[in-house]
Amino acid sequence: MEVNYEKLGLKVGLEIHQQLDTSTKLFCNCKPQLFKGEPEITFLRRLRPTQSELGQVDPAAYFEFQKGLKILYEANSETSCLVEMDEEPPHPLNMEAVETVLTVALMMNAELVDEIHVMRKTVIDGSNTTGFQRTCIIAMNGEIKVGEKTVPIQTICLEEDAARKTGREGNLIRYRIDRLGIPLIEVTTAPVIHSPKEAEETALTIGKILRATGKVKRGLGTIRQDLNISIENGALIEIKGVQELELLPLVVKYEVQRQLNLIKISEELKKIGVKEEDVKEEFFDVTEVFRNTNCKVIRKALSQNKIVLALKLPKFKGFLKRELVPNFRLGTEMADYARFWGKVGGIFHTDELPAYGITKEEVEALRRKVKTENQDAIVLVADSPENAKDALKAVAERARQAIRGVPEETRAANPDGTTRYMRPRPGAARMYPETDIPPIKITKELLEKIKTALPELPEQKLKRLIEKYGLNMKLANQIMDSEYAELFEIIVKETKVQPTTVAVFLTETMKALKREGVQIEKVSKDKIMEMFRLLGKGELFKEAMQEIFVWLSKHEKESVQNAIKALNLKALSKEELEKIINDTIRSNEKIVKENKAKAFGLIMGIVMKEVRGKADASTVSQLIRQKLSEHP
Amino acid sequence: MSENEFSGYKGEALKAIRKAGANIGDLIRIIRNGQVYEGILIPRSEYGDKEHVVIKLKNGYNVGFKITSKTKIEKVGEGVKPSFTPPPPPKQNPELPKVTIISTGGTIASRVDYRTGAVRPALTASDLYSVVPELGEIARIEAKILFSLFSENITPKHWTEIAKTVAEEISKGVNGVVIAHGTDTMGYTAAALSFALQNLPVPVILVGSQRSADRPSSDAATNLIGAVTAASKAPFAEVAVAMHETTSDTTIILHKGTKVRKCHTSRRDTFKSVNSTPIARIKDGKIEMLTQDYRKRNSKNRLVLKPKFNEKVALIKFYPGINPSIIDWFVDNGYKGIILEGTGLGHVGRYCFESIRNAVEHDVIVGMTSQCIWGRVNMNVYNQGRDLQALGVIPLGDMLAETATVKLMWILGQTQNIEEAKKLLKTNIAGEFNPRTIF
Repeated sequence: MEVNYEKLGLKVGLEIHQQLDTSTKLFCNCKPQLFKGEPEITFLRRLRPTQSELGQVDPAAYFEFQKGLKILYEANSETSCLVEMDEEPPHPLNMEAVETVLTVALMMNAELVDEIHVMRKTVIDGSNTTGFQRTCIIAMNGEIKVGEKTVPIQTICLEEDAARKTGREGNLIRYRIDRLGIPLIEVTTAPVIHSPKEAEETALTIGKILRATGKVKRGLGTIRQDLNISIENGALIEIKGVQELELLPLVVKYEVQRQLNLIKISEELKKIGVKEEDVKEEFFDVTEVFRNTNCKVIRKALSQNKIVLALKLPKFKGFLKRELVPNFRLGTEMADYARFWGKVGGIFHTDELPAYGITKEEVEALRRKVKTENQDAIVLVADSPENAKDALKAVAERARQAIRGVPEETRAANPDGTTRYMRPRPGAARMYPETDIPPIKITKELLEKIKTALPELPEQKLKRLIEKYGLNMKLANQIMDSEYAELFEIIVKETKVQPTTVAVFLTETMKALKREGVQIEKVSKDKIMEMFRLLGKGELFKEAMQEIFVWLSKHEKESVQNAIKALNLKALSKEELEKIINDTIRSNEKIVKENKAKAFGLIMGIVMKEVRGKADASTVSQLIRQKLSEHP
Repeated sequence: MSENEFSGYKGEALKAIRKAGANIGDLIRIIRNGQVYEGILIPRSEYGDKEHVVIKLKNGYNVGFKITSKTKIEKVGEGVKPSFTPPPPPKQNPELPKVTIISTGGTIASRVDYRTGAVRPALTASDLYSVVPELGEIARIEAKILFSLFSENITPKHWTEIAKTVAEEISKGVNGVVIAHGTDTMGYTAAALSFALQNLPVPVILVGSQRSADRPSSDAATNLIGAVTAASKAPFAEVAVAMHETTSDTTIILHKGTKVRKCHTSRRDTFKSVNSTPIARIKDGKIEMLTQDYRKRNSKNRLVLKPKFNEKVALIKFYPGINPSIIDWFVDNGYKGIILEGTGLGHVGRYCFESIRNAVEHDVIVGMTSQCIWGRVNMNVYNQGRDLQALGVIPLGDMLAETATVKLMWILGQTQNIEEAKKLLKTNIAGEFNPRTIF
């Protein structure tokens, strides 16, 4: 069914975050890279929600704190210092990063601030060792062209990336702080996007501008898209962490679908007369019902002296199994609430029972014990009394919201385009100044420097690539999006190699090699340049390029010359080639004498087999013809 | 209207704000290049330039705009003064021990103004309970603000005040006293109180923090909880410093007041016990004793208060090429004691000998400590050391240079008699000497 998004009042705003490719982090001199393997340093912290001047505490954060949440940070000494550990004040703002953001701001025609003030934005989920993220506005009120449409850019910020979560065991969350402090640019659009497709196109356009600076990181995990989505009669939902651009339209589509289905459920619940006050926080200990159960989850819980607690949801029968988006039901939403607020593994509900080893008899006993009518639903949790109670309280709250409509939430994106409940939407961003960093003036001199080196806008560049180098549209687009865009122009300028040959190698060949599992990033741009130089001088043949490249990717420290030597792929001199041809003709004397025309194919085959990658085919065939004709 | 209300603004920026009739906290509008920006006028750092006006935008960010002939500022509305009303303190459990928290200032005793980022002193009981509600489960807290000083501004006169205040609280029968203090000179104050408060019946715990209390990661709350735990139920009656043991929030360590030193500019575990083991560790609310060598808590002990200090004592760090007339200057200016922070086992260059001889001849007490920080001086190993002793320099064993300085100030506050003072300097009064150096 075609959805008319305009009519639904769909409004989407995008927040695009991309890591900048600087030589050091934003507030210290650590390398902005991640590490693999075991951490050298670990330390344990708690983050305490602080009260604002208005006496407000972020309720979700405070809840986690009260539950005794602890954070185990992992670090190594190459990628983190005392600054990331929150054991030393931040160093001054990295000007390399500021310059890149200013470049983007000018490309988006934004108004620059005159003085940058770094702020602290309270974040106490543990992803920042300090309990806040450092961020600053560099420009406002810009705009970009997306097709024919002008999309306003509200803010362009520079901020520090957060630590990355590496695990959670009960009340202990693990974070690795290598990523903490990597500079991020954040571009925020106005909520003027009205369809899933437009969301993707807008993100694509922003991405192209960012890449045009040549100063952003590439690859998975270096870019993250957040969205805020609302439809009429729905709610404003923040969706965090969409990593793949291609997923954006699907995320928007699913979110609209989810909100529409929630609105429908709310209407139906109201119609059958369910009221919020009917959902009571009355919990029934039904442990005895399951004393001899075959349900593994419950049996395991009971063996740990936990209990089974039940909650009645009046007239909810059938609603919990309602699918909101593929494989995602109202019951799933409730389970996510239970997990977040109760720290339980999950819930059972009567819409899906009997199943999971729970029998029909047990369901009947349960219904008797909780005294439900047939149209009621029951939700079960097997955990410690405290957790079970918290979980069911959250389920009850979610049920009441279902009567009301769509609750405002912050949700996290799943890899399949659906989303899951993350936390309630935080109140107004609690920001206060980072007093450890003095304000930075954007001087005339700095601006002039950036203006003179401003990169071309993507559409201008595309035009130039096609006109100047004779590339077709597809190839020009590919080279522009590739990280070798700059290298391409240098190679073409400094060697005599055909631009199309260079472009094909840098895009299609590279992509194919990558698909085959070749680690293309292990071959430096200098080495690629060297290969093309040799190709231009005729010391290397096109056919040899791929093999040499693959060898270099496996031998990171070796030179191009060594690769050629190791693979025996040096271009043959005319004399060497002639000798091979003569030898081949001689050892096939008989056939040559019988039939020269037939012999050509044979000789060509044998010689090419021997010289592949060391000589080019047209030279070989020309020489063979010549030798054959000279042959008596 | 006073200049102060425009905190930080001057020059062009101040003129423009005045012209608009705006005050700090007012909603203002800045018009520039045809763009309009609205936000709350924010105070400016005293060291900021004269040209920029800072506003807090609706999205929470602060930004600075340059005032030029083309910039227009208008006042849009009056600001709403944010006020902080802490929640009412919890009911006090009469079963719990009584602890008084005396605040002298520093990072631990500060609150941030979230609007401006300015740090303000605050450590009333209700503030404390609102920030660290767990305290209500450990003790019945009474809080007193004695000073609001950065610890580098604390002098021996303040030590006297603090000692008297502690004595007063102890005389009221509290189960322990906690002193919130800036970390920079907390080691000196700890040493001073160790000498000034003798025969203690209950613990006196100094506590500070290395990361400001406004940040969720601050060590202030955990340190304070540790300090109050120690004050309310530790088995010892000593002056101690309570701070993080490591970079983790897991344990709080208690250092003896005379053997503790700040050893890192910024880390949480900056305080180290030097030439001694710490007294105790607190983990999960439990106190684990690390030494048996401590004065036991005993409410029958009668506190002896000796709060006087003589400031005419200098600490001089020797370095290659030091001008010995520095020593002469102190002697000429009526100083009664000099603690030398010598090299290695306790040496200074031979070119200082004449000035040292002169000092001793003028009845100035000269003591020797080591700038190595760890280890004890031994002035019998080399000639230089033996010669210094012959000049009258007193080797001070494994005593910290800072503690030695504080001790000599305290001694000269108790007696004018040189011989008695020298004897006291060599006597172990508050655990400042440790006869054994353990590996």
